[in-house]
Amino acid sequence: MTTLVIAEHDNVTLKSATLHAITAASQLGGDVHVLVAGHGAKDVAQAATQVAGVARVLLADAAHLAAPTAENVAATALTVLPGDYSHVVATATGFGKNVLPRIAARLDVAQISEVTTIEAPDTFTRPIYAGNAFATVKSSDQIKVLTVRATAFDAAGSGGGATVEGIEAAPDCGLSKVTGQELTKSERPELTSARIVISGGRGLGSGENFKMIEALADKLNAGIGASRAAVDAGYVPNDYQVGQTGKIVAPDLYIAIGISGAIQHLAGMKDSKVIVAINKDPEAPIFQIADYGLVGDLFELLPQLTAELG
Amino acid sequence: MKILVPVKRVVDYNVKVRVRSDGSGVDTANVKMSMNPFDEIAIEEAVRLKEKGIAAEVVAVSCGTAACQETLRTALALGADRAILVESDVDLQPLAVAKLLRALVAREAPQLVILGKQAIDDDANQTGQMLAALLDWPQGTFASKLDIEGDKAVVKREIDGGLETVELKLPIVVTADLRLNEPRYATLPNIMKAKKKPMETTTPAALEVDVAPRLTTIKVVEPAKRKGGGKVADVKELVAKLRNEAKVIA
Repeated sequence: MTTLVIAEHDNVTLKSATLHAITAASQLGGDVHVLVAGHGAKDVAQAATQVAGVARVLLADAAHLAAPTAENVAATALTVLPGDYSHVVATATGFGKNVLPRIAARLDVAQISEVTTIEAPDTFTRPIYAGNAFATVKSSDQIKVLTVRATAFDAAGSGGGATVEGIEAAPDCGLSKVTGQELTKSERPELTSARIVISGGRGLGSGENFKMIEALADKLNAGIGASRAAVDAGYVPNDYQVGQTGKIVAPDLYIAIGISGAIQHLAGMKDSKVIVAINKDPEAPIFQIADYGLVGDLFELLPQLTAELG
Repeated sequence: MKILVPVKRVVDYNVKVRVRSDGSGVDTANVKMSMNPFDEIAIEEAVRLKEKGIAAEVVAVSCGTAACQETLRTALALGADRAILVESDVDLQPLAVAKLLRALVAREAPQLVILGKQAIDDDANQTGQMLAALLDWPQGTFASKLDIEGDKAVVKREIDGGLETVELKLPIVVTADLRLNEPRYATLPNIMKAKKKPMETTTPAALEVDVAPRLTTIKVVEPAKRKGGGKVADVKELVAKLRNEAKVIA
């Protein structure tokens, strides 16, 4: 039994998301191999060799893999799959969600998405209906393709001593090319790995008022998120969105400000260790899951909180 | 050009689902059903392309029980020209749906298949990518903007740190994200008109597709309940509790 983990990276650093996938892969039992498909990504492959539990790193280097499209990454993965592999794993990030179903379909197998528990090498538990139910499913396929939820598996540590093996990249499919990226520039911790996350909702009233959240986030070195309502209203970009169809976070401390707590939002944050909610409506559903609820006007309370932490 | 829009019938997003006490699944009897919200966005995008004169025909497809006719009527009321129901009582998993759609693509020869990025029931987020793989077409997933320029499409994609622009060679599969557009409401005259639009029914057997499930559900349970409901009186008490009780801030 051997698992292939598809690495997520920017040709320079191995993304922490992949460390969670490696932990999940280790739990499956067999050897863990990591595929790094990129261009000039030697350092990434080197970093992967140092991760605990990794037996082998496959490095495919080609100019057309510099910007990893699903078409080309899947094609390169399929040069080594199925082989002797029993599982293919990636973390359920934007990258993993884009690439893995393409691999699964080519292998003619089902994918199991957002796995939170590995019950057995063929049996997995995953959330459905925005986390309002958890289904345990058993796969009858020869190869199991899984995306795993980062918050459900710890990041793998260091201490590995694997070797890098070069493999041939599949030729450019010529179907798609990345022509631009607009990345949100931020000095703040990344939302999905931040220890503290502060999210704003419709109650903020405007994008301008998110500055109040920024001030608090600066004090706490926190990542900033938002409810879908706040994204819908245009206050902040979509990559801030926490929830069923946005990002899933589970920080030590989650502070929900002006968020009522629709089930779709709760799906993205209810596994946080400590939840604080500030809302003027005492009946808001967010209070039912908050450890510390504070009822009142956020425009008064938020500056007070920021000052108190000064 | 022709556009194919697969739509799924799901439990309405406002419904709080209940897990059956025997652990066999989620109770969907007597629950309000609707079109998957992301599929509504897909229909809207297709209809807008038709209104702009880029598309000639919008064909809605749904795979599932006879009740999916209702979802297809909604698609027709929103502006699709005709509908195809692939009727089956089998639990249709994403790979099976992708294969059914591949068979329909072979027959209908669309230049664009656009569907929601994820269905809000199984939260799988797979069907579009799988269909693209089976067809060997490029995929523009999690689209927040779609422009068709000649034989190319430019898709802005929602990625983890922001946006990515990809250029894709038609024919393509696009999956709709939240910000692609704001779907219209079906007007009464359009709901009436939709009743007269053509709807065809076919089956997996007629399309020669094996839809046998690959995953067996062993049990479905409710998530562990979170014990919340604690309140604090003011900011001072909140900060004190976070520092001394929860110990999550310094």
